[in-house]
Amino acid sequence: MVVGMEKPKKKIEISDLRVIYGRKEALKGITLDIFENEIFAIIGPAQSGKTTLLKVLNRTTDFVPGTQVKGTVKIDGENIKEVKNVYELRRKIGMVFPLPVGLPLSIYDNVAFAPRAAGIRNPGELNELVERCLRQAALWDEVKDRLDSLGTRLSGGQQQRLTIARALSHQPEILCLDEFSIAVDPVTTMRIEDVLKELRSQVTIILVTNLVQQARRLGDRTAFILDGELIEIDSNEVIFSNSPGNRMTYDYVMGNFG
Amino acid sequence: MTVRHRLETFSEPIIEWVIRLCGISSIIFVFGIFFFVFREGSGFLFQGFDLVEFFTSSEWYPTSVSHKRYGVLALIAGTVSVTVLAMVIAVPFGLGAAIFVSEFCSPKIKETFKIVIELLAAIPSVVWGFIGLTIMNELIIDLFHAPIGLTVLNGGVILALMSVPIIVSIGEDALKAVPDTYREASEALGATRWQVIYRVLLPAAKNGLLAAVLLGVARAIGETMAVLMATGHAVQIPGSVLDSVRTLTATIAAELGEAPVHSDHYRVLFLIGVLLFSITFVVNLTADLIVKGIRQK
Amino acid sequence: MHQQPETNNLDQPHANQNLFTETPFVGKKRRTEFMAKGVFFLMTVLMVVPLVLIVFYLFYKAFPILSIDFLFTNPTHGMRAGGIWAALLGTMYLVLISLLVSAPIGVLAAVYLNEYARDNWFTRIINLAVVNLAGVPSIVHALFGVGAFVLFARMGRSILAASLTLAIMTLPVIIAATKEALNAVPMAFREACWNVGASRWQTIRLIVLPNSISGILTGIILQVSRAAGETAPIMFTGAVFFKAISEGDVFAYGLFDQCMALSMHLFTISTQVPGVPEALPYGTAVVLLGSVLLVNMLAIVIRAFLRSRKKW
Repeated sequence: MVVGMEKPKKKIEISDLRVIYGRKEALKGITLDIFENEIFAIIGPAQSGKTTLLKVLNRTTDFVPGTQVKGTVKIDGENIKEVKNVYELRRKIGMVFPLPVGLPLSIYDNVAFAPRAAGIRNPGELNELVERCLRQAALWDEVKDRLDSLGTRLSGGQQQRLTIARALSHQPEILCLDEFSIAVDPVTTMRIEDVLKELRSQVTIILVTNLVQQARRLGDRTAFILDGELIEIDSNEVIFSNSPGNRMTYDYVMGNFG
Repeated sequence: MTVRHRLETFSEPIIEWVIRLCGISSIIFVFGIFFFVFREGSGFLFQGFDLVEFFTSSEWYPTSVSHKRYGVLALIAGTVSVTVLAMVIAVPFGLGAAIFVSEFCSPKIKETFKIVIELLAAIPSVVWGFIGLTIMNELIIDLFHAPIGLTVLNGGVILALMSVPIIVSIGEDALKAVPDTYREASEALGATRWQVIYRVLLPAAKNGLLAAVLLGVARAIGETMAVLMATGHAVQIPGSVLDSVRTLTATIAAELGEAPVHSDHYRVLFLIGVLLFSITFVVNLTADLIVKGIRQK
Repeated sequence: MHQQPETNNLDQPHANQNLFTETPFVGKKRRTEFMAKGVFFLMTVLMVVPLVLIVFYLFYKAFPILSIDFLFTNPTHGMRAGGIWAALLGTMYLVLISLLVSAPIGVLAAVYLNEYARDNWFTRIINLAVVNLAGVPSIVHALFGVGAFVLFARMGRSILAASLTLAIMTLPVIIAATKEALNAVPMAFREACWNVGASRWQTIRLIVLPNSISGILTGIILQVSRAAGETAPIMFTGAVFFKAISEGDVFAYGLFDQCMALSMHLFTISTQVPGVPEALPYGTAVVLLGSVLLVNMLAIVIRAFLRSRKKW
């Protein structure tokens, strides 16, 4: 904990969030806050609702028919259900999902896709943006000579970094990563973790992960979500200690279940 | 982030409305077809038109000066006879080919065969009619020593060749939809391929196969040019496959040109159109329900 | 010492039988299998062979008259001589105009069905309507064309009325092919686009449609081949027995003119005109059949070519 800083600003405020897909209740009343410029980790076994939480944030749940979202989610104090431009909201948040997805475009166009869709046309601006994002994603050196080649032909680890570059291309204030290392080799995982540590000063990072050790390495605070409910949320020192607030947290972290 | 170009954000909802409109266009057209065909024929419906006589009388004399009669029974018999004959030929061959392609074929031959089927399906109906008029005609006269070759047999064979592609492609889809686990489990029990097909696959795929047959039937009933040219011009109930007949479709095609617009004859022809539309609609609907029945399992 | 292992007597109580000897029972199974395979193979071949024979016979009979002149000169002597120019041009007009109408509507309809429509009863009705539209008998399309375009819309018998009738008739072809192509684009691409703030239409325009081109092209080509071959829908809506136009003039027809058409011409000279030399109708049939088969082969080739160049 850094002493002498002013009280950290709340970036995201979630209040009694419930999400129902058809008949199944994926999230059963989550309340938590995420602060600016922290790495916020979310751990929990599969099917706990962690991915749903991310999808609610950028309102991609809108694309799944029959989804009900109740409760309040505020980003920078603004209720996301009431934003004027939902596309702006999505551009504020960068998303990286478990399976790397390279769009069937050139590497350059992959990263330039979002800015172009937002209206940026100036080639100079785009060039600079593409290079910056690829550098931030630790991919630039490997692809700088073949920006015209197809994004789908990269290796899994490279495609995941490409996805991160794409997620950064619209200059988000929040970066969400959902189990990004599942389909990626350990070396690339380490490189991406370094990237995240560097990015923390510019963006707020939400890291959903199945790998408890990853949350321990990277996070400032961690939330433990089980079966759609928030079991415990605290600083890493507490969660990963020998006596976290909740017995189940200890069991999960120790690997006694999950 | 800069704002998207004004024009783009403005035009997008308009584009999406156009897309929605195109989406429902098929419904509009289907209704439109029924509406306009019915409209042209309806005038006659309410002027002393005897529905019973229409369906049960085989006397079709629309152009008679003294005594006009509009019985379509013979025409229905024409359609039915040609369709039944076509199905008797096309269903076994079509299903047999579907089974062969789906279960016994090597991939290379499969590709070639599927291309052949596609080409077979692409042949225009007037060319089929021409084939019936010339090649089949001579064949029948030679083989059967018949006085004329434009008969039920001619039309039936031609229709069979026209319907086979549908039966094969949809039948093959139905067989492909049966999970491989069925095949593997049966073979593990020691069954031969033929036993697997006969006892396991055919029953499992029967809905899809039935739908394939129904769609082939709908195709045959609705065919116009080929039967117009190949079945002759006799309005009669056929006694054998070597008799000439006229189908419902051919009648409309043959007589619409000469019937004065909005005359009784003209309107009756449109009513026959309504009849045809209804029949094919029902058959298609049934096929669709049968197929959906599988999906719900 | 060394003991002789007992042989496994699975079925027949013969000496020296084991799992690998063929018993009569197994032999019978094998023979039935072989026969079944043979029967089905025969059935398949029996369908292919007539087709090939027919095509060859048509070419053989048409041979005397096939030439470039045949394509570019008009019919003469009451259509008992000359070529098929007027009919060829007419077909091209009909095909082109019907394509211009049905392609946009068909593609957008498929976009709606695959990208926007929800999985409810209304969508199911739309799909049903598409299937039914495809199953309407061609003569009923003709009746519709007469009732709606020729009479109600007062277009009279014209290329326009005939083309519109053809457009509605071939719409399901484009819808089906486009839908299949759109469906083949993985959902992951769309989600990736939505996540970076692209709208639904932007995603469709920038990623989905460009990657469905091969399927859409296939649909268009199939539409063209069907429109070129149909007779009944144009017989009463705009195609005509005979029309004199100048040879070699590609702009000879107007939108509200009536026209000759290849399919109609074949019908006419084989059934309505007496005394036509044999090669003439065969020649017309060959040109029609040949063009249709060529166009379909083109579709197949394009499909294979684009499949090999897949981007994912």
